[in-house]
Amino acid sequence: MLKIQGLYKVFNPGTVNEKLALRNIDLTLEEGDFVTVIGGNGAGKSTLLNCVAGVYPIDRGSIVLDGIDITKMPEHKRAAFLGRVFQDPIMGTAANMGIEENLALAYRRGQKRTLKWGITNKERALYRELLGPLGLGLENRLSEKVGRLSGGQRQALTLLMATLKRPKLLLLDEHTAALDPKTAQKVLEETDKLVKEGNLTTMMITHNMRDAIKYGNRLIMMHDGQIILDIKGEEKKNLTVEDLLSRFGKASGEEFANDRVLLS
Amino acid sequence: MLDILTGAISLGLLWAVMTIGVYITYRILDIADLTVEGSIVMGAAIAAKAISNGVNPFAALFLALFGGMTAGFATGLLHTVLRIPALLSGILTMIGLYSINLRILGRATLSLLKLDTVYTVFESRGMDRTSSTILLGLICVSAIICILYWFFGTEIGCAIRATGRNPQMVRAQGVNTNTTKILGLIISNGLVALSGALIAQNQTFADLQMGTGSIVIGLASVIIGEVLFGKKNFMSRLISLVLGSVIYRIIIALVLELGMPANDLKLFTAITVALALSLPVLREYLYPVKNSIKEGN
Repeated sequence: MLKIQGLYKVFNPGTVNEKLALRNIDLTLEEGDFVTVIGGNGAGKSTLLNCVAGVYPIDRGSIVLDGIDITKMPEHKRAAFLGRVFQDPIMGTAANMGIEENLALAYRRGQKRTLKWGITNKERALYRELLGPLGLGLENRLSEKVGRLSGGQRQALTLLMATLKRPKLLLLDEHTAALDPKTAQKVLEETDKLVKEGNLTTMMITHNMRDAIKYGNRLIMMHDGQIILDIKGEEKKNLTVEDLLSRFGKASGEEFANDRVLLS
Repeated sequence: MLDILTGAISLGLLWAVMTIGVYITYRILDIADLTVEGSIVMGAAIAAKAISNGVNPFAALFLALFGGMTAGFATGLLHTVLRIPALLSGILTMIGLYSINLRILGRATLSLLKLDTVYTVFESRGMDRTSSTILLGLICVSAIICILYWFFGTEIGCAIRATGRNPQMVRAQGVNTNTTKILGLIISNGLVALSGALIAQNQTFADLQMGTGSIVIGLASVIIGEVLFGKKNFMSRLISLVLGSVIYRIIIALVLELGMPANDLKLFTAITVALALSLPVLREYLYPVKNSIKEGN
């Protein structure tokens, strides 16, 4: 489904702040793969997702999604194939617009926008139906401004928006990191449900090792701009946090030093 | 006194068209667009030149509208394709327009005295200047509000509204935010130029300097509308812009009546806008947050 080859990304080239953020990334995702991505700060996880999404142009390599070379495709064109949820709940929605208006924007992802009404009554019924199972009561507040929702509610809504039109690839960039533990768990379970129901090919960055192990069928760990571990199948199912830490030590030659990951 | 009031209302309606344009960039796109200072003159200049060359005054309004749209397009290209900051893009177009406007007019002022304007059509049916201005102003403003209410409810319109708040999200939903920003700037400056054309025909001349400070007048009207009528739904916001513009003109008429020299008007407007924009900060100073959290909560 996704084939990344020889991907390099350099930030601020030619300056004192030059940073090689991704070095020679090769990654192939099969259809329906649910990959959790873990790694310390500055490992390149978010950069990798943003390169796939087209937020940053890449310096070398290629990205092919479902047979389409998207390496040089602008962000808004790739969006037709991608569902995205961001770390900051504010990022995924337009606060000044209603819940239904945000959903309607997402419902037209990948379509040419026209002078037809931005939202139809038929859609409203669909949105009500889809919001109901979230258990947040949003189905009765369709016209309420998204700015009034809590972070958890906004993330749940963004998740629904990302999957409203089935994406070829779902990109989740630490989408539960800004939420309290209970809400984070709920949003994660909703994610898992949506991914399984839609058999969506998914990349999910998380800073929580337990979640990385619990969810998905494949786990990759990044360090210093490279993928240093790629665990799948049976091996992934039997993985423990201790395993992961010791394998990280062997692969990187360092202690895993990220309080945020270790403490969670 | 009644004359002053009706005069202010008629002028306010013509400037309301411009206020709606300013609202589109300032509030919907979240861009302070200085192109306005040039495009309002451009609209006036195009209309004046066209009419003095025998063009139908109503057709002249449309020519002005298109002229303003091209000005907005220029600013849009500078800002999006060339990635020049919005404020600077507007300034560049504004400065460029000064020369263009001078070329259109051919001189600093072009008079329309004794020529037919959109208002003389009504006057020939027995209405006086003020009531014909109010009537035409109301027609224009209502038509624009209806069209914009429809437009910003369409798929494209929704994408433009979201762009001002969260461009990142809009791109993630597959919309080219360069296009939405350019579209917003085109519509905004088209309206501003249309307003300039209406004003020029009303005052029976176009003047190279008439745009100076217009952005501040537009902002003042937007803010007066918001402060007095709140930020409810989109329709009421559009109407509040018109009321804001009219009230601004009434205030100006009153302070002039009270004896303020006309030359101090711009300073007065600038101070008013600065005060209005700093209201949230001033409120903090005047009413510091009281410790209202009770024990046990």
